[in-house]
Amino acid sequence: MNSWANIKAIVKRELGGYFTSPIAYIFLVIFLLLTGFFTFTVGSFFERGEASLVSFFTWHPWLYLFLVPAVGMRLWSEERRLGTIELLLTMPVTTWEAIVGKFLASWLFLAIALALTFPVVVTVNWLGSPDNGVIFAGYLGSLFLAGSYLAVSCMTSAMTRNQVISFIVSVLICLFLILAGYEPVTGLLSRVASPRVVEVIAAFSVMTHFEGFQRGVLDTRDVVFFASAIGFALFATGVIIRNHRAG
Amino acid sequence: MIKVENLVKAFGPKLAVNDVSFTVERGEVLGFLGPNGAGKSTTMRMITGFIPPTSGRITVGGHDIVEDPLPAKRLFGYLPENAPGYADMTVHGFLNFAAELRGLQGSARKQAISRVVELCFLENVLYQTIDTLSKGYKHRTCLAQSLVHDPDFLIMDEPTDGLDPNQKHEVRNLLKHMGEKKAIIFSTHILEEVEAACTRVIIIDRGRIVANGTPQELKARSPEGRLEDVFRAITLPDTVKH
Repeated sequence: MNSWANIKAIVKRELGGYFTSPIAYIFLVIFLLLTGFFTFTVGSFFERGEASLVSFFTWHPWLYLFLVPAVGMRLWSEERRLGTIELLLTMPVTTWEAIVGKFLASWLFLAIALALTFPVVVTVNWLGSPDNGVIFAGYLGSLFLAGSYLAVSCMTSAMTRNQVISFIVSVLICLFLILAGYEPVTGLLSRVASPRVVEVIAAFSVMTHFEGFQRGVLDTRDVVFFASAIGFALFATGVIIRNHRAG
Repeated sequence: MIKVENLVKAFGPKLAVNDVSFTVERGEVLGFLGPNGAGKSTTMRMITGFIPPTSGRITVGGHDIVEDPLPAKRLFGYLPENAPGYADMTVHGFLNFAAELRGLQGSARKQAISRVVELCFLENVLYQTIDTLSKGYKHRTCLAQSLVHDPDFLIMDEPTDGLDPNQKHEVRNLLKHMGEKKAIIFSTHILEEVEAACTRVIIIDRGRIVANGTPQELKARSPEGRLEDVFRAITLPDTVKH
């Protein structure tokens, strides 16, 4: 019970931190402009002539690649730079509560950004009659995708007091998570490795697991994949913070 | 009571804190004195549970800080070195956050905040963000945070660092006054501070306790009765190779 109160206090502080600085608004504007641009221009939403949001969701892994680390990079590195980590972790709060609180706050922020893309849903429903179940699954998958990138950023921001380093390392890791299951790359891999090996590598990719959601399939394995990716990265964050404190 | 027994902290081969033991009771103000790099901050970070000791045992109000950290952490307030604060928060927001994590709710929280705001003279900057504050205000904001739950124990790392003489005087009086009911440990390298506020002094040098007594006892060790002479005689300046 008490633990939840602590997490709530931390979520409130972090989320407030986003909105008191201009970062949140800049992020939201950039995110919405880019999703619009990719969906309608690059993804040729209208030319497709189909009532679906395929051209919207396809770009999310790539958009998040830069935008999510930008949201997550400050989570712990800022605490380390300001020295407030010493304050936070000597309060009657466990390291877990702090990690989960910070993660949830940023995830909630990303969820708000994602929710603000509702005009595309309205548009597609106005123009035709899409399968809204598929769209809902797409949104759910996108949220999981953002969550796993965010957990990675959480981990990299705990490694350093420098936000730029945190950002770059986290982009690199997320890029790997994309490329391991990106078709041009798996195609290249299958020339040198057996299909079994390629399959195992691709199983680590967010692309493989996001695909199901885009098609409207809610597979437990995909949900478990994202949940365990988040769990693992947050666990690693805990280990990194513990090691940092132990000196 | 804060009890420290045979505390050791090693960073690689270097012993930052080497076999330190002491206790602080309620009603005591313990001055932690020593040259820069003597291990003062490291000791305080271990007492507050921020870094784990290599060996030794610390209890705060009977709770082991390593084994049973949460009950121990509820009992003390901590002012870390350089008085950190969340740059983007207002003073009020920051104190509210600290009070919330300390488990204060509703009107009790409001009262606690207005009490420390008054105590630390923060009325004028209450709705300013912390990154716009002068060093003195920033310092007092962090001090206010450590007092918000009216803790039994106070651990303060250089509470007067960066303050002007008037503010230093205020903080010393505050420490002295609060020391009548609480157990306070504070570190400093300003000798006059020790004489002004402490009931007991520990001098630490290169990780070891080299003196422990009342300011009067320590002063008596020097022919001229000056604390500075004692300090210089038993600690080595960091300009000397060792």
